Amino acid sequence: MAEPGAAAARNRLAAAGARATTLAMLREQPRGDVIRNTLFAGLLLLSVLIALAGLVALLIQAFAKGSSALSPDLFTNPPSTAFPERAGFRPAIIGSLELIVGVILFVVPVGIGAALYLEEYADKTRWWNRLIEVNIQNLAAVPSIIYGILGLAFIVRGPLDLGFILAAGSLTLALLVLPMVIIAAREAIRAVPDSIRQGSLALGATKWQTIRSQVLPASVPGIATGVILAVSRALGETAPLLLVGATVFVTFDPTPFSPDGYSAMPVQIFNYAVRPQEEFQALAAAGIIVMLVVLLAMNSFAIWLRNRYEQRW
Amino acid sequence: MLQAPNRRWGEKAIHGLLALCGVLSVLTTTAIVVSLIGPTIGFFEVVPIGDFLFGTDWTPQFQPPSFGVLAIVVGTLNVTLWGMLFAIPIGLGAAIYLSEYARPRVRKTVKPILEILAGIPTVAIGFFAVSFILPEIIQPLWPGDFLGGATGKPFMALAAGLGIGLMIVPIIASISEDAMSAVPHGLREGAYALGATKAKVAMRVVFPAALSGIAASIVLAISRAVGETMIVVLAAGSTPNLTFNPVEAIQAMTAYIATTATGDISTGSIDYQAVFAVGTVLFLMTLVMNMISIRLVRRYREVYE
Amino acid sequence: MATDESRFETAREAREAAAARAGIAVRPEFQPNSGLAAREKVFELKGIDVLYNGVAAVKDISLDVHRNDVTALIGPSGCGKSTLLRCLNRMNDLIPGAEVRGELLYHGEDLYGPTVDPVQVRKLIGMVFQKPNPFPKSIYDNVAFGPRILGRKDNLDAAVERALRGAALWEEVKDRLSDNAFGLSGGQQQRLCIARCIAVEPDTILMDEPCSALDPISTGKIEDLMIELKKEFSIVIVTHNMQQAARVSDRTAFLMVELDADEQSRWGRLVEYDETERIFTNPADSRTEDYVSGKVG
Repeated sequence: MAEPGAAAARNRLAAAGARATTLAMLREQPRGDVIRNTLFAGLLLLSVLIALAGLVALLIQAFAKGSSALSPDLFTNPPSTAFPERAGFRPAIIGSLELIVGVILFVVPVGIGAALYLEEYADKTRWWNRLIEVNIQNLAAVPSIIYGILGLAFIVRGPLDLGFILAAGSLTLALLVLPMVIIAAREAIRAVPDSIRQGSLALGATKWQTIRSQVLPASVPGIATGVILAVSRALGETAPLLLVGATVFVTFDPTPFSPDGYSAMPVQIFNYAVRPQEEFQALAAAGIIVMLVVLLAMNSFAIWLRNRYEQRW
Repeated sequence: MLQAPNRRWGEKAIHGLLALCGVLSVLTTTAIVVSLIGPTIGFFEVVPIGDFLFGTDWTPQFQPPSFGVLAIVVGTLNVTLWGMLFAIPIGLGAAIYLSEYARPRVRKTVKPILEILAGIPTVAIGFFAVSFILPEIIQPLWPGDFLGGATGKPFMALAAGLGIGLMIVPIIASISEDAMSAVPHGLREGAYALGATKAKVAMRVVFPAALSGIAASIVLAISRAVGETMIVVLAAGSTPNLTFNPVEAIQAMTAYIATTATGDISTGSIDYQAVFAVGTVLFLMTLVMNMISIRLVRRYREVYE
Repeated sequence: MATDESRFETAREAREAAAARAGIAVRPEFQPNSGLAAREKVFELKGIDVLYNGVAAVKDISLDVHRNDVTALIGPSGCGKSTLLRCLNRMNDLIPGAEVRGELLYHGEDLYGPTVDPVQVRKLIGMVFQKPNPFPKSIYDNVAFGPRILGRKDNLDAAVERALRGAALWEEVKDRLSDNAFGLSGGQQQRLCIARCIAVEPDTILMDEPCSALDPISTGKIEDLMIELKKEFSIVIVTHNMQQAARVSDRTAFLMVELDADEQSRWGRLVEYDETERIFTNPADSRTEDYVSGKVG
């Protein structure tokens, strides 16, 4: 019986042909499209790589230029323009440490206090509370040199009239990073679910008892992370310090209230970086390496802290 | 039975103390404005505001001094321009890649690296700009005498511009990526179901939907660039120069403030007041940009939350 | 379930002593079987309206809650049962724009009087929520939180054990009191919340759909617990589960949603309030009958 067999064979052929055509249509994109898509994806990847390359180049160059000056002397010797081979960063390192302590002492209570007020106490419909919120967002983006001007006019001179002392620099930096701490603390406090507050209040706890025993302890990891990140920002800031007295070329260990001046790491690096001689360029690069290592350690610690202690609700 | 055992003064005191902390932020802004206003007004009593805003020579140390702020404003804008030309494509490219193309593992590695870039102190970037970008990238690659040539110049706007560009890439990348991630998946899936390619979905669906967030990131980046000090001080120089030429040295507003207002300047002198006048211009410029950016961010957050 | 009378004696004595120390008046003892009508009233509601930002949520609720009863509030969703419950311990104060009108007496005193301190109210009237909300702390610290803020720092261990026993949780957790509360199962967490609540030694416990987030076995345990707890406390429970109300409660209030003429706004109203047996076998109102027989949801 050839006829049914032939018909069956024809059907099979037709089906196979139809399937092949459909598959080909589905699989095949127009050549132009494929090229365009790959090109596009490639460009995107290129942007990422360029950004990464920039970072890597910065790190390598700092290391290349500064490795010759890396030695324990960096930490023990005072700066010197006459003898660059013996120059170090000692007063700057100590100055930076003291500045940071001052920043933390100011920023932790005031930042957490402001965040608690905004999240737990403030009636969000009132205009003055919205003003405070907008203010904080704006202050977070004000150029750092404006904070230097504020420090010069208000803290060093003006009403507070502290003089060009390290404490003034500390306060200036603290005001600069305060908005960052407030924003981070608010997020940490906001992350505590309302059911916890309700549960506490339903037991007859007062608002402050609820905050102190339940809300704050649960938000400590987030707040700590925010403080560490703010501190690392303060550590790297140069411009405001230039205006509030950290330009004096100090060779002794600075103290918070001494009128003889103070220095800080980024300022000292800047001092070396503007000198054309190779030895000072190397010193500047070495200082940069030290700062980058410290900052990397701090940020990694902050991230570890957040991951380890973050409350998962 | 239902009365409080005491008047709960502690609670009220704490409320007051915390409110005080909150008010401090308003006080800070007030302090900034107040510290700028006094000397600025004093400045304009001596220098006519027209000369200040429209004059083209910024030479405060000459006799007689000229206070045309346009020279240093353009200097700032010169550097900012090159910075944005670098950072916008790179930043947006990275953002689209991370949001639409990258696998989770790649995202997990790249995002922290961008955060590291964001945390590099500006003095380090400035050093990189003047000691590497300028001599090793711009000078060798610059075509001959185009626009005056790049050789023999220890400072140039383009070097600072590229440094600033590198600094602000993370800002654009992270805020734009945030905005793009907030676009609901439903929108993408609808487009894919219609046969759109990944590139089309990214550019025709996600990008427009995230536009206000992307715009916010760009405005914020410009604000950061305008306010940046150390990179321009180290790499762009200190000669006021009213030009947009990338291979010339310029002085930015921030650089002027940083190099003039150091320690031994005497209060009440015209130089002191000039610093504050420039500070006012800088503050107002960044204030306007920040307010625009905050508005834009609120808009994109509202749409999807 | 252990029905150890002696521990209740101790708890009651301890509570009275503590109340005396804190200067809180304690209601005198009464006889449990003196007849329902003569039973002392914990709450008296007269014409209670609750409004949120001027919009009524419940209107004109009048009922009396009796001591050592389990009083159930039932009704379809949206009829304002939880809203009403939250009036009883002034938790509605926490919602901006919430307003309570009418008279609400607690043991004869106006709960919303001008000198009344809501914090004090919540020490006497406790609450258990729909979704268990233990604190992210140890089991011990969860239960000890109440006594600690009340200043009862001595004999904390004994107080914690008493509360955990009262919530039928002691045997399951006595060896791991320092474990984090989040490690407990849903039913255990809810019983922990009950223990936390009774550690404060209130006189009334409000429960807002306490079992709706739990599996049937945990639900059964908590229902058994309620029957034990009512010997010591007065309980008001909101539940959308009619059978639960029928199982555990002594009195039941049935609320329904009412629409205004244009069907624009809606609020809850009390349809019928009576002994549970009556409500479920022979209700006076046809709407009640329709609801409990499942004709309407």
